[in-house]
Amino acid sequence: MARQETKDLETAGLNGRLKAAPGTALIRKCLAAQPFWVTVAVVIICAVMSWLEPDSFPTTDNFFNITRNFAYIGIMALGMMTVIITGGIDLSVGSVMGLTGIVCGLVLQAGQPWWLAVLAGLATGALCGLINGGLVAYLGLPSFVVTLGMLAAARSFAVVLSENKMIYEFGPDGDVFMAIGGGAVAGVSNMVWLLLALTLAFGFVFRFTRWGRHVYAIGGNEAAARLAGVAVDRIKLQTYVVCAMTAAVAAIVVVGWQGSAINALGTGYELRVIASTVIGGANLMGGEGGAYAALIGATLIEVIRNSLLMAGIDSNWQGAFVGAFIVLAVLLERIRGSRAD
Amino acid sequence: MAVLELKTISKHFGAIEALAQVDLALDGGEIVGLMGDNGAGKSTLVKIMAGNFPPSGGQMLLEGRPVHFHKPVDARAAGIEVVYQDLALCNNLTAAANVFLAREKMRGFGPFRILDDRAMDERARELFAELKSETRPAEKVRMMSGGQRQAVAIARAHLSRARIVLMDEPTAAISVRQVAEVLDLLRRLREQGMAVVLISHRMSDVFDVADRIVVLRRGHKVADKPIRASSPEEVTGLITGAIRVA
Repeated sequence: MARQETKDLETAGLNGRLKAAPGTALIRKCLAAQPFWVTVAVVIICAVMSWLEPDSFPTTDNFFNITRNFAYIGIMALGMMTVIITGGIDLSVGSVMGLTGIVCGLVLQAGQPWWLAVLAGLATGALCGLINGGLVAYLGLPSFVVTLGMLAAARSFAVVLSENKMIYEFGPDGDVFMAIGGGAVAGVSNMVWLLLALTLAFGFVFRFTRWGRHVYAIGGNEAAARLAGVAVDRIKLQTYVVCAMTAAVAAIVVVGWQGSAINALGTGYELRVIASTVIGGANLMGGEGGAYAALIGATLIEVIRNSLLMAGIDSNWQGAFVGAFIVLAVLLERIRGSRAD
Repeated sequence: MAVLELKTISKHFGAIEALAQVDLALDGGEIVGLMGDNGAGKSTLVKIMAGNFPPSGGQMLLEGRPVHFHKPVDARAAGIEVVYQDLALCNNLTAAANVFLAREKMRGFGPFRILDDRAMDERARELFAELKSETRPAEKVRMMSGGQRQAVAIARAHLSRARIVLMDEPTAAISVRQVAEVLDLLRRLREQGMAVVLISHRMSDVFDVADRIVVLRRGHKVADKPIRASSPEEVTGLITGAIRVA
């Protein structure tokens, strides 16, 4: 994905007019790409923290913690990125995550096998996405309003279904389910492996498939895409299904990791997820963004959060820092855009 | 035989008569200038040819055979391409990606097929070369001049080997130098045997490139003659109604 980003910027960027050797062209591409600068920021923060807190920050335990803490946000950010590239938004991911968690918990509590819990979770996500996408794509309602409605409705379903109780008696297959989300391979949480695999998959789809190309085309100029013969409505519907299903996947692994399902799961996550995509370089007007952007955006937020904790700064300051980075990211995009014009 | 022939085409929108009994025949290798005041029926006529909506009455013959378009896709399949005034391009994609949008070249086999950007760039480069346009296939449309955007839009029509290209105000929003570039593109299409319809308000452009001029006034065709036999003064008179029929 990084390649696509940099390639985009070479052509879009300030450098198109200048002629230079191919080697320096690659460097200039990188310098103009937002995900590159976010990566630099992550590296710098990690380096500074390793120097300030050599005993607690650069440890395998902390690495495990940080990566696991942004993994489920990153998974959702990939789905969100897909919707945002088309020029839409999905505010309901946090609530869909909560509802999916409760559905999985109830299936397990009823003594059903783990795979049925996973399937039921994915089906829940798909159904929420179908409703969102159907209303946006075929009835032409604004995505902001539709998914705001789903944000309220899915959370309410979660509370009703759970009878407002925590679900933690997972039945005979609970151990397998918990191993999926809570386990680790080669010292890295399963969730992180899943995030990496999904990032590669989304990157491939964005860069190499017709579907991915059409997602970008819709974000660039929906009317033009429609005139060209792109199946705009179908693809928009599918992006909302993809987004809601990443929320379902996140719920499945988080419920497994925590060993319990609560109906408040995912509350407020939509903001962290959207912030991740924007920090990574997505444009809320559509047409720009990528898989690596979602990953690195989620990483930066968690690294900042963790660093503030380690530095002993009151956790109430986290929002201020994350907020500043969001605005900074958009500002960077604006500066880049004006230079490109 | 005409590539496309319209016979007594009418279009009503409720009580409003947008087109009344219009006949029009388009031949390959010819540029027809379509002129008229706002509301004269130019865009209605173009939209009927482009399949945006069906006519209320009359017949369309494509190479002698009657055709009925229900959707723009039908018209495109029949070889009629429209280049829209606002150009309908995706600024965030490259020139080649725009040319091939919704008809991308793929490579691989069976279900394992991926976009073949190299082949698309190569083909787009050829198309731009045929149009003698300095447009780089891998450059984003956002970065391009109005003339280059026109080249991209026209290359799209060219790619599908369209027989009829309808150009809606191609020179409305671009600089003088680029206008010359766009008019050259039109001549290139004519050389390749396409029927080109140029809808324009700019008298000088129409008299510069068109072979024939058709004037609409209040839904009626009031002139259809070789450009040599007409003059800007006469056309102005026809458009405004000072001259009834020519």
